[in-house]
Amino acid sequence: MFTFTMRRLLLAIPTLLFIALVIFLLLELSPGDPMSDMPLTIPPEVRQQMRLALGLGEAWYIRFYKWLYLFSVVEPSHVLANMTGYDWLRVEGQRILSFQTRSPVADIIAQRLPQTLWVVGLSYLFGILVAVPIGIYSAYRQYSWFDQAGTFVSMVGFSLPTFFTGPLLILICSICVGWFPIISDTTLVVDSWANFLKQLRQMAMPVFVLTLYNAAQITRFMRASMLDNLTQDYVRTARAKGMTERIVVLVHVLRNSLIPVVTVIALGIPTIFTGAIITEQVFRVNGLGALLIGAIYGSDIPMVLTLSVVFAILIVLFNLIADILYAVLDPRIRYD
Amino acid sequence: MTDAVTFRAPRNQWWDVWDQFKTHRGALIGMVVFVLIVLFCFVGPLIWRVDPTAIPSGRELLRLRNQGFSLAHPFGTDNLGRDMFARMMKGGQVSLAVGIVGMILSILLGTLIGVVAGYFRRADGVLMRLTDLFLALPLLPILLVMSMLFRERLSALFGVEVGMFLMIVTAIALTSWMRTARVVRGDVLALKEREYVLAARSIGTPPRRLIVRHILPNVLSPVMVSATLMIATAIITESALSFLGMGFPPDFPTWGRLVADGVDYLQDYPSRSMVPGILISLTVLSVNYIGDGLRDALDPRIRGR
Repeated sequence: MFTFTMRRLLLAIPTLLFIALVIFLLLELSPGDPMSDMPLTIPPEVRQQMRLALGLGEAWYIRFYKWLYLFSVVEPSHVLANMTGYDWLRVEGQRILSFQTRSPVADIIAQRLPQTLWVVGLSYLFGILVAVPIGIYSAYRQYSWFDQAGTFVSMVGFSLPTFFTGPLLILICSICVGWFPIISDTTLVVDSWANFLKQLRQMAMPVFVLTLYNAAQITRFMRASMLDNLTQDYVRTARAKGMTERIVVLVHVLRNSLIPVVTVIALGIPTIFTGAIITEQVFRVNGLGALLIGAIYGSDIPMVLTLSVVFAILIVLFNLIADILYAVLDPRIRYD
Repeated sequence: MTDAVTFRAPRNQWWDVWDQFKTHRGALIGMVVFVLIVLFCFVGPLIWRVDPTAIPSGRELLRLRNQGFSLAHPFGTDNLGRDMFARMMKGGQVSLAVGIVGMILSILLGTLIGVVAGYFRRADGVLMRLTDLFLALPLLPILLVMSMLFRERLSALFGVEVGMFLMIVTAIALTSWMRTARVVRGDVLALKEREYVLAARSIGTPPRRLIVRHILPNVLSPVMVSATLMIATAIITESALSFLGMGFPPDFPTWGRLVADGVDYLQDYPSRSMVPGILISLTVLSVNYIGDGLRDALDPRIRGR
């Protein structure tokens, strides 16, 4: 197990390097020019110097190497220093600067991260909490009306795109009934109960939209996995031993059928960060997705590159975690 | 003993599949809805002969814009007085075409890579690493960057509409072939060890004919299932790109674009974003149900029960 983990971790490094290179080269080809919104009256030689100041003067491999150094050494040191409060951890010198705001990319990401985590993370958590019981009961009473309704709702939730359910919910809850604000106030600081309620109200709709989507997917897996296990021989044995139905289903069957579901949940965690781009756009939540879209529109190359590589790292990491979880939970699977 | 066996006329296996498919009520309804939507988009314009891009001029513009539902304009008109019913058909043509062409390209690519990886052991390692790599890419950001990249070059080469169509379809295919490839590879690996493949090889069948004649027909069912689901994915991806303003140009209607345009008028004219949204959802829902039914129908363990 340990050697497997180590081997996979080592393999992840070239994978991530390659992904970073691909994204870097894609951005390198892009027609967007960060200088394009500067006034046209700037003389060409000054313009050239401004480009150099943005770090655009050198050959691409030198810039890639420099970015890689900053991304893997300097930025993590600052993040660590901010998290632990030890200032001596900081590596001094140049940082990755956003073209748009001229402030370090890592700081902007740290500012935006809580918004995304609150909205999307909560919806993922709710999704799991809703999906698991529904999946269990649906499978246990297969073809009952509950199962029929559950499968239909999860099919609908899985099929409806968030850019339709979002406006639909805005139409129903904000425009017709007026329960929730249409646009979330991202400057809101939760310092009193009134503000906390306000925060809850503005989070309700995006969380609901994403919960519907996440719950729909997880329910399908949970139900299929329960159905696979309910027909196994060990279930009959457990019943023959005189176990109560509750213990058979909730202990014997559930434990086994959670194995694939847990890995699916682990695989889905990176989408907490990436998948909510559209929902954040619909509800004007100022999170990582909105940050990425803004950066793409503004040809903010350092920001797009850093964010995409962070997303790629999350995906690779959670793939590995899912594999390890699978082996830990299921003793039949051994990688060594 | 043998007397009891009733002899049936030999029958094409696809009739069995159809029989099983018919018992799945959701799939049948899904198919009817899907056919209706396709007819609406492709046959509709032959009957409803209104130009979806025609903007009324002069005083007509003031009179005809932002109209509600009426007989003259069943879905009303937009803020420039264009007929929404005709725009819905035109938008549907584009969205469905993107969905179907994107699906075909993605399935071709996925099947090719899957078969090569499964059949030729030497290519397996490289191709599967490639698949893992693509699975680790953050797709939506990459799609957005790609669309930003090639927009102008392709527009200059093929014209704006064809250029964008080619770009979106290629982008969808390049970012969605991985699942098909994995499924096909797994199946090919298992099929390769069967006796009939050994028999075919022993009489000297060259690899190419072995693949086309003996292996491909047997991986058809998983490929068909993932093909139907791929249509749904492709339509949603295109709509999402258009919704974010990175797809087709603004005056060119697609369903996703129409939703995005309608969201700005959500307060006063909610139907403008709801109608295309409902159409996208209905299409995706029906396609997903068809996929579900196909999966059951093509599984010989379930069939006949």
